Amino acid sequence: MSGYPEIFRVLAYIVGTLAFVGLNAAFLVWLERKVAGHIQRRIGPKEVGPFGIIQSLADGIKLMSKQLVVPERADGLLYRLAPLMTMTTAIMVFVTIPFGPALVARDLNLGMLVIFAFASVNVLALLLAGWGSNNKYSVISATRAVSQNVAYEVPMLITVATMVMIVGTMNLNEIVGQQGNLLQWKIFPWNGSVMLPVAFLIFFICALAETNRAPFDLGEAESELVAGFHTEYGGMGFGLFFLGEYAYVFVGCALTSIFFLGGWQCPLGWAPGVHWLLIKTYLLVFVVMWIRWTFPRTTIYGLLNLSWKVLVPFALVNLIVTAALLKVF
Amino acid sequence: MRPLAADPAHETFILNVGPQHPATHGALRVKLTMDGEYIVEAEPVLGYIHRMHEKMGENRSYPQFMPNTGRLDYLSALCYNHGYAGVVERAAGIEVPERAEYIRVVTVELNRISSHLLWLGAFVLDLGGFTPLLYVMDDREQILDLLESVTGSRLTYCYFRFGGVYNDIDDDFIVGARNFVKRMREKLPMYHNLVSKNIILRQRLEGIGVISPEMCRKYGATGPVARGSGIAYDVRKQEPYSVYSELNFDIPVYEQGDSMARYLVRLDEIEQSLRIVEQGLDKMPEGPVMAAKVPKAVKPPKGDYYFAAEAARGAFGVRLVSDGTTTPYRLKLRSPSFSNVSLFGEAARGLLLADALALFGSLDLVIPEIDR
Repeated sequence: MSGYPEIFRVLAYIVGTLAFVGLNAAFLVWLERKVAGHIQRRIGPKEVGPFGIIQSLADGIKLMSKQLVVPERADGLLYRLAPLMTMTTAIMVFVTIPFGPALVARDLNLGMLVIFAFASVNVLALLLAGWGSNNKYSVISATRAVSQNVAYEVPMLITVATMVMIVGTMNLNEIVGQQGNLLQWKIFPWNGSVMLPVAFLIFFICALAETNRAPFDLGEAESELVAGFHTEYGGMGFGLFFLGEYAYVFVGCALTSIFFLGGWQCPLGWAPGVHWLLIKTYLLVFVVMWIRWTFPRTTIYGLLNLSWKVLVPFALVNLIVTAALLKVF
Repeated sequence: MRPLAADPAHETFILNVGPQHPATHGALRVKLTMDGEYIVEAEPVLGYIHRMHEKMGENRSYPQFMPNTGRLDYLSALCYNHGYAGVVERAAGIEVPERAEYIRVVTVELNRISSHLLWLGAFVLDLGGFTPLLYVMDDREQILDLLESVTGSRLTYCYFRFGGVYNDIDDDFIVGARNFVKRMREKLPMYHNLVSKNIILRQRLEGIGVISPEMCRKYGATGPVARGSGIAYDVRKQEPYSVYSELNFDIPVYEQGDSMARYLVRLDEIEQSLRIVEQGLDKMPEGPVMAAKVPKAVKPPKGDYYFAAEAARGAFGVRLVSDGTTTPYRLKLRSPSFSNVSLFGEAARGLLLADALALFGSLDLVIPEIDR
């Protein structure tokens, strides 16, 4: 696309990213309900469209047609700002994700950092939502979300640092480029460090926790905190949080597949392209849903213990072992 | 658990759980004084669905009150039918035919299984696991269908009469019940694999929300709550009524007193209830299902009577003071959930919110039965 003026390129990617975030959320809502249904021996949505595929669209129209109500004693500015903030950051993280060899909005050398930087801002949105709602459940939920995100950012970034040492670049497209076929996938221990499968597990668990998905969905623990930070949100305010959540689930799984499973590369080396990234990512998303509909929720101390006592030590060992291996060989 | 702030200036806030809250499963309100996520004080606030059942008992004739008993605890209504039928039969000296007693025991135990199954689903739902709820609904459905075929209703049964039961069971019911016993025996290991062995669930339940035997005695807790704290008290064994003394079953008791112990007691009770159902069907004698001579207007002689039955949640006692007329002078219902919820305030002190709600779920409260 280098032949077009910059402005067209920007516009194309803004429209493309927005469309993708929306369609992705619609698809994942439908998929989640279908997966949950089949795990629970029922069939899930089936009335609206074939296999209920238009169900999410119907839900979306309903959400959009609702009046936006700001609770009387809420902080109006923060309350309105929070969903916008979560949505903005959710869109921004898509900027450097390489969907295909040439299909990336901004092929930055520090692409990886951009994603983690914007993903970290998301927790501020949750905090604002909890605080701005002026609801005790929301405040408790917001504090939980913050401590959870801080705790899991540490092992995640240590693991990412390890990966950067192995691949030697922060450009996501180059990382994918190094994994041309199945044997070169970075999940396997012979591709740089014996600890790579552990790194994969740590990264995936952290991605679950960072996206507030079960069993780490403490922020919206419905049996304790009703709906957590979005208790007071209705209509599209809630809808934006929902879109954001599914965007982050996609990003978490996409990053996992880019780092460890070869991104847009084909396992056998032929026909690389956007479809491979989507297949791998949605398979991981399926695993995320499978976990959600099987496990009960952890508690806040169980969650923090897991991070500080298990994941951080393992991530550090991983970092040291990898550094030593790279130095020796 | 950590020592709570002794400093009175330490800031606490009040968190209102209920009367509309996903964890209370009904219109119960718990006023929590919180220090961060820790509970300083928990105070259950009752009465949101008080319906004056005891007063209604004083104003209705004896048979007219029977449907009320099914509306105390809508999940194990037959146990409450049994308690009320038992006290009136004791007072009026009505003999119940043996077949009717066996039918009562079989249906009550089926009802107990369905109640424990629904509790299992709702409890795991409280812990954030949604899927088991749908699985137990599937199994519970079989019981509801069976009971519907003999009692005519699916939830708020009014099946027992003074002197027997309203309707005889047929071969379809016997075959269906035997099939259900077989099916449930195959399903129970699945529940243990899916739920009991889950590491997250065990971390959340083991050693958390401990209720001491002393606390149980202090508040009069009965049923699985007391048996999870090492008190081997079950009305079916301690004061056998109906034909329970002729049946062979065990009372599961766990010493730990934590949420896991209460969970395991209930799962073991499902197994024991299956045994009772099986034996009851084997021993089922032929004969009438109603006593031959039951007066239309029951008038128990003057006196003070008490009868207790083991409901799914503990001992359900009915005290009846009769003045010799067709309506009771006083009808006191001692419902197990009321006693069990009373200890929540003491047991929840110092727990984290999430653990306290797990403890709350493990008490298996049915709110209409608390408020009566």
